Amino acid sequence: MKLVSWFRGEAFQRGVHPPSCKLTAHTRIRRLPFPPRVIVPLSQHIGKPPRPIVKVGQEVVRGQPIAKAEDWLSVPHHAPVTGRVEFIGLKPGMRGPWVESIVIRAHPGATQEDLWGEPRDLSGASAQEILQAVWDTGMVGLGGAAFPTHAKLSVPQQAKVHTLVVNGCECEPYLTCDHRVMVEQSDDLIRGIRYAMRATGARRAIVGIEDNKPDACDAVRAAIARAGTLPEGEIHAEMVPTKYPQGSEKMLIMALFGVEIPAGGLPVSLGMVVNNVGTLAALGRLLPVGQGLTERVVTITGPGVARPGDYIVPIGTPLSFILDFAGAFDAQAKEVILGGPMMGQAAASLEVPITKGISGIVVMRAQDMQLDRERKIYPCIKCAQCVESCPMGLNPSMLGMLAAKREYDLMGSRYHLGECFECGCCSYVCPSNIPLVQQFRVAKQILREKAVARKSS
Amino acid sequence: MTIEIRSAPHIKAPRNVAMIMRHVVFSLMPVCAFFVYQYGLSALASLLVVTGSCLLTERLFVKTGTQAGDISDFSAVITGLLLALSLPPAFPLWMGAVAGFVAIALGKALTGGIGFNVFNPALVGRAFVQAAFPQAIATYSPSFLPGRFSEFVPSSLAWPLMQPADLMLWLKVKQLDALAAATPLARWKFEGVLAGAEELLTSLSGHMAVGPSPLLILLCGSYLAVRRFLDWRIPAAILGSAGLTAWLLFALSPERFPNPFFMLFSGGLILGAVYMATDMATSPVTPKGMWVYGALIGLLTVIIRYYSGLPEGVMYAILIANAATPLIEKVTQPTPFGKSALAKIGHAKRGASYPLHPGYISREEAHAVTPKKRFLWNKPKRDERHKPGEHR
Ligand code: SF4
Ligand code: SF4
Repeated sequence: MKLVSWFRGEAFQRGVHPPSCKLTAHTRIRRLPFPPRVIVPLSQHIGKPPRPIVKVGQEVVRGQPIAKAEDWLSVPHHAPVTGRVEFIGLKPGMRGPWVESIVIRAHPGATQEDLWGEPRDLSGASAQEILQAVWDTGMVGLGGAAFPTHAKLSVPQQAKVHTLVVNGCECEPYLTCDHRVMVEQSDDLIRGIRYAMRATGARRAIVGIEDNKPDACDAVRAAIARAGTLPEGEIHAEMVPTKYPQGSEKMLIMALFGVEIPAGGLPVSLGMVVNNVGTLAALGRLLPVGQGLTERVVTITGPGVARPGDYIVPIGTPLSFILDFAGAFDAQAKEVILGGPMMGQAAASLEVPITKGISGIVVMRAQDMQLDRERKIYPCIKCAQCVESCPMGLNPSMLGMLAAKREYDLMGSRYHLGECFECGCCSYVCPSNIPLVQQFRVAKQILREKAVARKSS
Repeated sequence: MTIEIRSAPHIKAPRNVAMIMRHVVFSLMPVCAFFVYQYGLSALASLLVVTGSCLLTERLFVKTGTQAGDISDFSAVITGLLLALSLPPAFPLWMGAVAGFVAIALGKALTGGIGFNVFNPALVGRAFVQAAFPQAIATYSPSFLPGRFSEFVPSSLAWPLMQPADLMLWLKVKQLDALAAATPLARWKFEGVLAGAEELLTSLSGHMAVGPSPLLILLCGSYLAVRRFLDWRIPAAILGSAGLTAWLLFALSPERFPNPFFMLFSGGLILGAVYMATDMATSPVTPKGMWVYGALIGLLTVIIRYYSGLPEGVMYAILIANAATPLIEKVTQPTPFGKSALAKIGHAKRGASYPLHPGYISREEAHAVTPKKRFLWNKPKRDERHKPGEHR
């Protein structure tokens, strides 16, 4: 009901309110020591993996490029540690199958300072130059999508961008890395926003922050005041009501402006570009010093972690090293989730490394999952909870029933399966414990394969 | 350390089927208690026997593997209680047991169990006994009879396969007003007597035969609606549409038709609207569909009551709407995000050109819409931290 959500002051219709469990919202970001070796997978982002430009046995210094972007949807990688390249080849990846990776053994005395890159002045740079500089950092969306940032910031010729939307809505329970970045690195964030505004031509930036982190909003507002009047245009920080999945750009734009992005369209067709706060803060730090992305802030948390916190982690650090450091092994860790508990993926192995797109590691104990196992799956009782909670306005109940009957084509053509962005709200609320999202993932995969088969035949 | 791999989402809302059903049963308890207070031992026995019969039948079918679900999910209890509440309080117990069996066997097990039923099982049971024992189901015993807690109304204890003892005779022997043994609807329909508001609402005055208290049902239903265990749209649509239709007819010819208030609060309309029509499995899941479904039930109820030979219309109205549910659902699918009329006009394709879209906000407009203004109602929650493991 539009009226109901308006009355409650909700930003968009439907969605869910999982308990927030932000254990680490008030602890400072700390630094993780170097692991003995880092594993840098070549494919850490959406798009083509880059090509390695180092050889086995070669010495590398922290920050040195080790892989070169091949095409537009590909980004370079930089060495996260000073050390020697030990191995280039297949290593276990987070999704299970093995992936091409570069393994670097760290020198024992290596410093955490970046030794590569030199300060430069970007004040007079054109949009093109800034985009190139962003590309050189190897930046991808740090919020979890891992879409190359330079591609996201480049505006198609026919489009005009007036607003840069900065996504400070960390709606996943447990995760706080963006929150802490906003509080502690707000000046970097403003700098990053200014670069992004120049790259896109936007004259205004709006940072949307959920109202469960008022301190972040205060910090960003203070940083905006410190920055004063900017030649790029104005920056605002706005609070939006807390709700999952507001981290999705469609929902955030709905929350801020009350407009729907047309299905199949992009924010840019409404004159907006959306970027995550973590990404922009990292850009604000890296661009002036000309360095690449070698580390990121990761939330390490969950009931199975003894010392939860937000850590600066070198890209490529193996999970087992991180969990050991945070004290996850003392606490009967049972499941390790990469990302948040709503959309994150369970790690297939503890030897997999942190990649650019992982914003959190949530560790669950056996007892946190006990109840789940006791729950049996019922038939759909048509309680309409899923319809009530799907932010995309789909009918997951109907989709689920069709999936059980393997009517995948009907799901796609009549019931808009393609619009589902796998937020998991429907599975979260379903009292019958029907694995709706899993079914939709399978169905989407099958439809994709069918489409490919049709094209090739 | 062994780790588990499961698929997202890794946390779950605390609600499950048994919990929903349990809450519905809890909310029915005050209604049942008052029902027993009104009608005494007979009503109590009726509630127990019908519910017991439903449970036994459910167990039989679950054990033999004919239907999905589980006896522990409380759904059979709901069916039993609702069925008993919709039958006359002194309905012969053996007929009640038959009704309970038919409700679960025909209404639920035949189609595969919980979630797969097309018709509300309680109403299937009631429809069956209405057809099989038309006389018994039209015989109400008056409420608040003296001595109702110490002896059964004789019809309750009728022998199986026998017609019950004549209630009217029994009432005469006890020197009570036999008129009271007709429901307000039947009295209006066949004798042209309108019951007053106070009688209908509280069912406390005199020896009325009005069944479970409508006010109490509304109260218990609102609890469920507030906790979101039932959808408020359906009862709202039913009562709205029934009230509107009755009011229209009343306005056209007040001498032929009773006032809308009488329509709403007499008979089983409230019980049907709050507890029967909202049965999840047999009502639409789409919000728009719920309105259509409710409106249909309200309209049909009034039409059946006015124009058919039956005094009560809710049961058939709901059963007809149950049958129409798949169709209603089909034509009321929700509009996906980004496909509303506004978003559709300038539909922009990925990779194609980016035409300016009517939803495009120019820089000037965007400045005018400061986001803050839209959230006047929303107070920021300052500290919303939860303990670990609080979710399930
Ligand atoms: S996972 Fe898909 S269907 Fe389910 S709530 Fe999210 S968008 Fe809707
Ligand atoms: S939430 Fe589950 S049980 Fe309820 S309608 Fe959706 S799929 Fe069916």
